Amino acid sequence: MSDIPSELKYASSHEWARVEDDGSVTIGITDHAQNLLGDVVYVELPELEAEVASSDEIAVVESVKAASDIYAPISGTILAVNENLEERPELVNEDPYGDGWMFRLEPSAIDEMDNLLDAESYGNEVADD
Amino acid sequence: MTQTTPFHQLHIDAGARMVDFGGWDMPLNYGSQVEEHHTVRQDAGMFDVSHMTIVDVTGKQAKEYLRFLLANDVAKLTQSGKALYSGMLNEAGGVVDDLIVYYINDEFYRVVVNASTRDKDLAWMEKQGADFEISLQERTDFAMLAIQGPNAIEKTQAVFSEAQQQATAGMGVFFAVDCEGFFIARTGYTGEDGYEIMIPLDKVESFWNALMAAGVKPCGLGARDTLRLEAGMNLYGSDMDEEVSPLEANMGWTISWEPAERNFVGRKALEQQKAEGVQNKLVGLVLEGKGVLRAHQKVVVEGIGEGETTSGTMSPTLKKSIAFARVPKATGESVTVEIRGKQIPARVVKACFVRKGEPLV
Repeated sequence: MSDIPSELKYASSHEWARVEDDGSVTIGITDHAQNLLGDVVYVELPELEAEVASSDEIAVVESVKAASDIYAPISGTILAVNENLEERPELVNEDPYGDGWMFRLEPSAIDEMDNLLDAESYGNEVADD
Repeated sequence: MTQTTPFHQLHIDAGARMVDFGGWDMPLNYGSQVEEHHTVRQDAGMFDVSHMTIVDVTGKQAKEYLRFLLANDVAKLTQSGKALYSGMLNEAGGVVDDLIVYYINDEFYRVVVNASTRDKDLAWMEKQGADFEISLQERTDFAMLAIQGPNAIEKTQAVFSEAQQQATAGMGVFFAVDCEGFFIARTGYTGEDGYEIMIPLDKVESFWNALMAAGVKPCGLGARDTLRLEAGMNLYGSDMDEEVSPLEANMGWTISWEPAERNFVGRKALEQQKAEGVQNKLVGLVLEGKGVLRAHQKVVVEGIGEGETTSGTMSPTLKKSIAFARVPKATGESVTVEIRGKQIPARVVKACFVRKGEPLV
């Protein structure tokens, strides 16, 4: 059974989102997603300061199996990307909710977080996979 | 209907993630495909290859038959146990399959063909054999395990019986020996040393468990694919098929043109291709920019034309993305590959990236 921390919000497309103390939102992919993908070998991250809208394809995760698009769960401006993933893409497998985070954005409408799933709902969705 | 190999339950017990592979339920990995890849480059791993098809060719005309059936010439085989890699071609010179043939004696050869091509291969072999005094027998009474890596020989030796240790002592590369019901070959598909062993069905579990205890790690099809790609070995159905000439698939070296009077299936077509000159070649690519090469990406050769990748991956050993690509013959040292709409530069190299743990590019 995959790990689904209760304090995070989730998109059906398997991204997680966490609101930080400064109001920014950190985003990565779920444990379930990394498990489905297999070993991650390359991550293409968005440009800093890019304006993204929710559901935009803004990053790509390539595993040994295939390339998968990563969608912005909410709209905003990219503040930071996890540059460690360039050298160590396997962090996405090893620590998807921690060192394997992908990018952080400044939300343009924080109430979009309410459109995301809570841990229980996401858990129910992936149980059917 | 999904088929399973005699190792099936052992895979499940070892925590394998199973996947359908040409109708066979096979292990993709046992956790991490990349770790399994490194295990084979640095230590010893084992792969269930029981899905592959073993066919014994016997009879008075076994040798004549195989000299007609295969593009490589089994007359080169004179020592019992010696193995040969060959393409089996159709009349048009396309590749029906690639295979390994072991020489036992002039009236007994053992052939191993791919799993996904079993039915058409057997039908083709039957058809081509109609006028020869031979018989073909599929050996479903064997399981098959490949043990590969720099420590594979030593670790496998430790689980062999005394007789098997003696039988395999000093056995050369591309040789095999039959001992106590095991057919032990020093061959593989990873670019590392090791064995491919045909195992009697009643010894499957004990042999697997003994290897596990000796520290040989189970590895799945995922690692098998990245290992063979690094080693520059073709995968049937990806890098060549019935529509592709061996001359455009890096298999020119497997065609025995001499003696000129030997007729083999596809020879006429190949001679014509050779005389006219083939259009394409299969090369290796190392991606210079960022991204991952995959099969079926467009390759652009400036001023010359276009080609296509046939296999691609992120090489765990090189930590660079590599591929095989079929490109115009005149292609030089650099190309670009279209990855998600962007042209990414790649270097053209000989299609062999890693051997015995060492990078070649």
